[in-house]
Amino acid sequence: MTPNTSPYLSPNKMLNWSKKNLFSSWVNTIMTVIALIFLYEVGTFFLNWAIFKADFINNFRGETITDRTFCSKNIEVGQHGACWAIIFVRFHQFMYGFYPVEEAWRVNLVYAFLPFALIGVLFDKLPLRRVFLYFTFAFPFIAYFMLYGGPGLSVVATNKWGGLLVTLFLGVTGIAMAFPLSILLALGRRSNMPIVKSICVVFIEFIRGVPLITLLFTANVMLPLFLPEGVKPDNLLRALVAVTLFQSAYMAEAIRGGLQAIPKGQIEAAQSLGLNYWQTTRKIILPQALKIAIPPIVNTCIGLFKDTSLVLIIGLFDLLGIGRAALSDITWTKLYYEVYVFVSLIFFIFCFGMSRYSLYLEKKLKTDNS
Amino acid sequence: MEQVIQLEKVNKWFDDFHVLKDIDLTVTKGQKIVVCGPSGSGKSTMIRCINRLEAHQKGQIVVHGTELTNDLKNIDMIRKNVGMVFQQFNLFPHLSVIDNITLAPIWVKKLPKKEAENIAMTYLEKVKIPEQAQKYPGQLSGGQQQRVAIARSLAMNPDIMLFDEPTSALDPEMIKEVLDVMIQLAEEGMTMLVVTHEMGFAKTVADQMIFMDEGRIVEQATPDEFFNNPKSDRTKLFLSQILNH
Repeated sequence: MTPNTSPYLSPNKMLNWSKKNLFSSWVNTIMTVIALIFLYEVGTFFLNWAIFKADFINNFRGETITDRTFCSKNIEVGQHGACWAIIFVRFHQFMYGFYPVEEAWRVNLVYAFLPFALIGVLFDKLPLRRVFLYFTFAFPFIAYFMLYGGPGLSVVATNKWGGLLVTLFLGVTGIAMAFPLSILLALGRRSNMPIVKSICVVFIEFIRGVPLITLLFTANVMLPLFLPEGVKPDNLLRALVAVTLFQSAYMAEAIRGGLQAIPKGQIEAAQSLGLNYWQTTRKIILPQALKIAIPPIVNTCIGLFKDTSLVLIIGLFDLLGIGRAALSDITWTKLYYEVYVFVSLIFFIFCFGMSRYSLYLEKKLKTDNS
Repeated sequence: MEQVIQLEKVNKWFDDFHVLKDIDLTVTKGQKIVVCGPSGSGKSTMIRCINRLEAHQKGQIVVHGTELTNDLKNIDMIRKNVGMVFQQFNLFPHLSVIDNITLAPIWVKKLPKKEAENIAMTYLEKVKIPEQAQKYPGQLSGGQQQRVAIARSLAMNPDIMLFDEPTSALDPEMIKEVLDVMIQLAEEGMTMLVVTHEMGFAKTVADQMIFMDEGRIVEQATPDEFFNNPKSDRTKLFLSQILNH
């Protein structure tokens, strides 16, 4: 914390601040004015398009929009903004893909419980954290049962899953499964045992040297070869395997960077106290290395979350894929801006959330005065 | 006298560099040995071999009757009984002072948390900074950090303490507070092996002085002999440089 900023913003202070930072010289003043005009123009244009002149459910005549010909902007060309009706009408697909409408409550339930599964992992000062963590471990099984079905619930095959459901499923599960794997890979790569070390090096370098698309294709084609005959893993599972391996290799390198930053003295001090390898790793090295590696780790997580859109090429419809499918529907075609802005917004919310969380973590884990 | 550490013809190489050459040393219980010598003479390496932070390649090191080999069990056992204090303190920056101290008692000795904390507070009082227990190492001065590091070692209740230039990284005004703790420890009968250039401390505390140069023990004598009547020319030169500046 900087000592000379008071938490209170008085008008006087703001005036002083802007004098000092925005209007300190003629050049600065001109730049400030140009920037303000630019922001105003872009801002009003976008707000008009997205909100004030936009259609949501009804068009300007008050009719319910059921296809693109009802959009105000297609009736009075140039007079109106976005036509968000495509999002509302196809909302189910954006959220759940081709998941049966009458079963959508199951997905909603999983969405609703997801924050409770994450919260225990994300915030360590939480009251009753232990209870939340138990729930975290149970959650994958509950979620699988709810989403896929089983005794008492009708089975919804994964080829019916889509939209945000697929994006979140691949993103969250991929990151969650890759994290422990990547720690082992990073430790293995620094191991003294030559065989362990070479396996990790080869794995990481191989995965990193190949585009995710190739991995997705490979998983799609090759995975069945490794499984007993007759067992046919579904597409989503294959994609999950590819995404997890991909993510673990990248995260392992991020973590290795953190491991390398730990001074040797830390390990020696731990050893001289009698701590063994795993105790030293768990109590001394990893807490410090992961803290250093937070920014690159979050970077790879954000990258992966967005890369899940590539599953489109093996026939899965993630959020973006559903958007593109909506656009190719003849009744809604040409509403590109609406679909892409909406899809971008959803991706942005999740990625921005991850980014803010990493900042919070860095701040929380800071233990020195610097 | 009971022998607690024996080094016999110990040799060590860093690649081609021969750091320790036929080191022979016997330490008996309660003895305080101060090791000095120019940098690169192998003094730090020697004491780091005693708790196997470095592995020697030839010769024999026996601590409490257990020979140091690659056997991890022996190494762990010896490390539990041999405390070490480093030049750079090496406190764990992500743990509070009290957690730094209780870590090993809890995880290595499997003591209950409460008991470990009581022990930690006892030693923090001994090094005279109990009020810093909840702070993080980064918030303490160098002298305070080094005293925490000493308390951390002592909390494992070792019977031998190794000090590797414990005051070399400290500002001059903080050296005394650390040396005072070490003197107190010596008076309580701890077996100590100290690499240091604090000759005043050596004169007060040491039973034996060791002078090392180029990987060999050049001279070993009582402080009286060592300072007043050094045998080798190399020792005389070193002492004249270190005492007359």
